[in-house]
Amino acid sequence: MSIRRAVAVITIAGLLASAAACGGDDDSATGGGDITAEGVDDGSELTLWTRAPLELQAKALVDAYNKSHKNQVKLTVTPNDDYVAKVGAAAGSGGLPDLFAADIVYVPNWTKAGLFADLTEPIKLLPYADKINQGHLTAGTFEDKKYVLPFILDLSVIFYNKKLYKEAGLDPEKGPTTIDEFKDQALAIQKLGKKDVYGTYFGGNCGGCNVFTWFPMVWASGQEVMNPEGTQSLMDGTAAQKVYSTWRELQEAGAIAPGAKDETGATWVAGFQEGKVGVMPYPATLLSTAAKTVDVGVVGIPGVDGGASTFVGGDGIGISKDSKKNQQAWNFLAWLSSEAAQVDVIAATGSTVSRTDLVDNQYSQKDPRVATVNKVAAAPQSKTPVSVNFQQAFNAPGSPWMTLVRNQVYGDAGGLAKDNTALTDTLAQ
Amino acid sequence: MTKAKAYAGWAYATPTALFVLVFFVLPILLVGRMSVSDWGLFAGNRGWNAPENFTAAVDNRLFWPAVWFTLKYTVVTTVILLGLALGLALLVQESSRWTGFLRTSFLVPSALGLASASLLFYALYSPQASPFPGQISFLGTPWSALWSTVALIVWRFAGFYMLLLLVGLNSIPGDVYEAARLDGAGRWQTFRHVTLPLLRPSLALCTILCVTGSLLAFDQFYILTKGGPDNSTVTIVQLVYNVAFQGQNNLGRAAALSIVVLAALLIVNMLQFRGLRGKER
Repeated sequence: MSIRRAVAVITIAGLLASAAACGGDDDSATGGGDITAEGVDDGSELTLWTRAPLELQAKALVDAYNKSHKNQVKLTVTPNDDYVAKVGAAAGSGGLPDLFAADIVYVPNWTKAGLFADLTEPIKLLPYADKINQGHLTAGTFEDKKYVLPFILDLSVIFYNKKLYKEAGLDPEKGPTTIDEFKDQALAIQKLGKKDVYGTYFGGNCGGCNVFTWFPMVWASGQEVMNPEGTQSLMDGTAAQKVYSTWRELQEAGAIAPGAKDETGATWVAGFQEGKVGVMPYPATLLSTAAKTVDVGVVGIPGVDGGASTFVGGDGIGISKDSKKNQQAWNFLAWLSSEAAQVDVIAATGSTVSRTDLVDNQYSQKDPRVATVNKVAAAPQSKTPVSVNFQQAFNAPGSPWMTLVRNQVYGDAGGLAKDNTALTDTLAQ
Repeated sequence: MTKAKAYAGWAYATPTALFVLVFFVLPILLVGRMSVSDWGLFAGNRGWNAPENFTAAVDNRLFWPAVWFTLKYTVVTTVILLGLALGLALLVQESSRWTGFLRTSFLVPSALGLASASLLFYALYSPQASPFPGQISFLGTPWSALWSTVALIVWRFAGFYMLLLLVGLNSIPGDVYEAARLDGAGRWQTFRHVTLPLLRPSLALCTILCVTGSLLAFDQFYILTKGGPDNSTVTIVQLVYNVAFQGQNNLGRAAALSIVVLAALLIVNMLQFRGLRGKER
């Protein structure tokens, strides 16, 4: 019951900020020396922050790096909801760690605020610079300077339950290739009438989930979600309207598992893993987890007339403005994008590699589903949306995007123009 | 008074004064400074920005809904909580063999932190973990979200306010009741004309605590509803938090909102003190 908590956090952030303002002159000797492609491995201790959803991959990466290098990285994992506040307080006080990851959709805002050190030159030195995931690099570029490399990619694809498909008389080797097929297949699963089994599921109160799963349906239809500057919403286009009406029809047909309307994202992946959901857009990072309990089929997210797309999400990583060990931190980043880290750690944990030249590796050869995911990721229709006010417009609880989605699926669908204008107003601030 | 005594007096007061200065005066001054500055969460102080901070804070699309909801929540909570606490206090006032047990069981929830209590109720309410059968949506509609939260708060705080009122009840001298009985007053008359007036100081204290606490509600909504569904349970302090950390990342505007809340709170408390003191005479 306290304002005190909020005020205290603001206060502490502020106190630290003013303290930093007084002592800001003594760190001008940052790094120093010429930057090389490999950086420096001299036994320094580096700090790295990330958020909880990426803990598995981050731990694997840090362990592998610490085993093979003199530098030692100390990993701090923060709950998802507290991460922005933590980074904000540290940024004000000059207390950011050497390296920190950021949800790729927040990166444009954070680079604009100057939280990251400039990596333009060192990235140029990497022999495979042009093979690194372009979506993440673009999101991490501000005023022609590059600040961020991909840390972990998280892609959205369609997962479907092959066993349920067989029972419903659908071809278990063919997932949906258009939005209408997605709807029909979900309805077919629902028609099975099995107890606790539903056609599909989505996060009805989770802005981030629907950005992640619905944007690709628009892209695959050949349309855009925002203008190139990220200041105007185009979520009132024909493809977007088709997406809304599809989910509304599924909702009215009772083909969405119960609880979707209140789903804030905490458990939106659980139903499919328990075999209770027929087909839904899903995070590709969870393939290995879901495959333990369900016979999973994977296809790209389709558009109105076919096509396939994915949301190139996940986290980017950069060196903080406060780091005094830029050379050593760069050593970690250079290793992170090397084949050793990408294939032997990231691909081995079942995640998607962030270099196009490593897409075809020993792990993807073993599992055609991984190859499907990698192929969709490389498609030109797969994107990372870039906007400075993305968090506020889409991800924040009660965002204008959330209002739009809930009106389209559950409420008054006629107010699309008004809801979209509210979205644009927030983006354009 | 000798000089030495005066110095000793200062020395005694210094620790408290320092404490107040560091943890109360300085933060308020800082929030005041932030509220007139263009102060981004990541960017720090970027110069003067008043009165824009205040107009932007009040123009926020959720400001008036948040004010309205906070007031509604405050009235509902205060009425239910104090009514129930008074009932409980009357129930356990007399000594009987169950009194000790009842008092303890009413007071136990107060030993739990509000955040922990909220998490406990979050689990009770969640469709995945709820022990209640069927698909009851505890947090799905604005109405149910409000009442589910009120249920949590009543459970958590009823014992605490019962204790405060119990102290008040026990300080009413027995001979007053005896006199009332001799005059032939019934139970209800005794309660209405003896207990209530003499309990006024305790009730006043409880009202002020409860109103102030409810106006500043944050933890329970942050954990249970996150302001949802459809922004129907955003309290004013949550709005401060959202502006600071959930999207706008604007500490200046958040501080401006905090100052507005502080001013409103001062006025409310002043009115309450004045009203309650006036009646006492």
